[in-house]
Amino acid sequence: MIALLIRDLRLSFRAGGGFGLGLGFFLILAVLVPLGVGPSSATLALIAPGILWVGALLACLLSLDRLFALDFEDGSLDLLATSPIPLEGVVAIKALAHWLTTGLPLVLLAPVLGVLLNLPGAAYGWLVLSLVIGTPALSVIGAFGAALTVGLKRGGLLLSLLVLPLYIPTLVFGAQAVIRGAQGLDPSGALLLLGGITAGSAALLPFAAAHALRINLR
Amino acid sequence: MSTDAGSERAGLALHVRDLACARGGLVLLEGVRFDLRAGQGLVLRGPNGCGKTTLLRTVAGLQLPVAGQVDIAPDALTYAAHADGLKSMLSLRENLAFWAAIHGLGRADVDRAIEAMNLGALDGRAAQNLSAGQKRRLGLARLLVSGRWLWVLDEPTVSLDAASVQLFAEQVRAHLSSGGAVLIATHIDLGLPELSELDLGPFRAAPRSATGGAFDEAFL
Repeated sequence: MIALLIRDLRLSFRAGGGFGLGLGFFLILAVLVPLGVGPSSATLALIAPGILWVGALLACLLSLDRLFALDFEDGSLDLLATSPIPLEGVVAIKALAHWLTTGLPLVLLAPVLGVLLNLPGAAYGWLVLSLVIGTPALSVIGAFGAALTVGLKRGGLLLSLLVLPLYIPTLVFGAQAVIRGAQGLDPSGALLLLGGITAGSAALLPFAAAHALRINLR
Repeated sequence: MSTDAGSERAGLALHVRDLACARGGLVLLEGVRFDLRAGQGLVLRGPNGCGKTTLLRTVAGLQLPVAGQVDIAPDALTYAAHADGLKSMLSLRENLAFWAAIHGLGRADVDRAIEAMNLGALDGRAAQNLSAGQKRRLGLARLLVSGRWLWVLDEPTVSLDAASVQLFAEQVRAHLSSGGAVLIATHIDLGLPELSELDLGPFRAAPRSATGGAFDEAFL
């Protein structure tokens, strides 16, 4: 399993691997929003938590359709399905690799982009914490969507349509935690719910995704 | 592969009983029966589209049989088809080392497999820069690092030259003599008289739907 994680990480850092795609998108969004909305710092401070969370979510979505599609096309998925590693483990490892190459860099970049969006000072800690807790759920839910659409040509559109509704609770509680933090209120309720979503999806969705993969391989 | 692999593998067997398999909802083969034991090899013969690939995928557990059963110990086989499962950005050795690690084998086995398929000179070359035949040889070297008892091979000699086919045949012979077994679908003569042949012609099914008309089954 470690070998699979190392391979996926190595592939994503090699040319054409797609590392930086989500990061670049996130950066562009955070740079363009102040230009579009105007320089009013009060407005920016108001919308910053929402923009940062929406940006992180869309950036995660960008690289999802490659998660299983590449392995499906070159036959690796067939070989992994007959290997000693259970497909549930394959899904979990691939979701972890996706988070390490997409979610984690977003978490690290978000505070820097918060400055561009005039995020209130009290909110930075909560922004990072909510992204750390929430982005793994985005990767796991996304892995499930990618497993459902793996056999389809141009499955990216269907994938987005399937996954976006499932992302909504994560987005709502994640952004809410930052907003409450920015206002000096206690965000622990939203953070706990966010943690619940992540724990629940990480525990259940690999099984659903592995089953979807088995059906798509037939 | 341990030295007493032959004795470990003595009890292993593949039993295929009255198997019917389907592709795209159409039953292609039915009533397929054969047995494979340690040291035996079977070549599947039949014209294009007769269901060789479908049968192999069903035996490999990638597809569910429409009827009948495939009896084999779990984690006993490895499957190789037209796609070799290579990552173009990884080097030849990295590709092979990955599959070895997945199957719990180490560096020594990778070295041996590279040696056996005559890939030593290409060791550090990225898979995208290999020729079709070299990729195929790398795909077949993967079998050697799987440590599995049964090799299920779909047209393994596509794009191989005569010398490489010879090389491959030697590896199959070595695998059989170490107590392994092979199930191969191919159109060419591998020059291995110890393999028995099974013509799939008599098992071809009259065209019918795999689901017997049950509509929603098609989505399961």
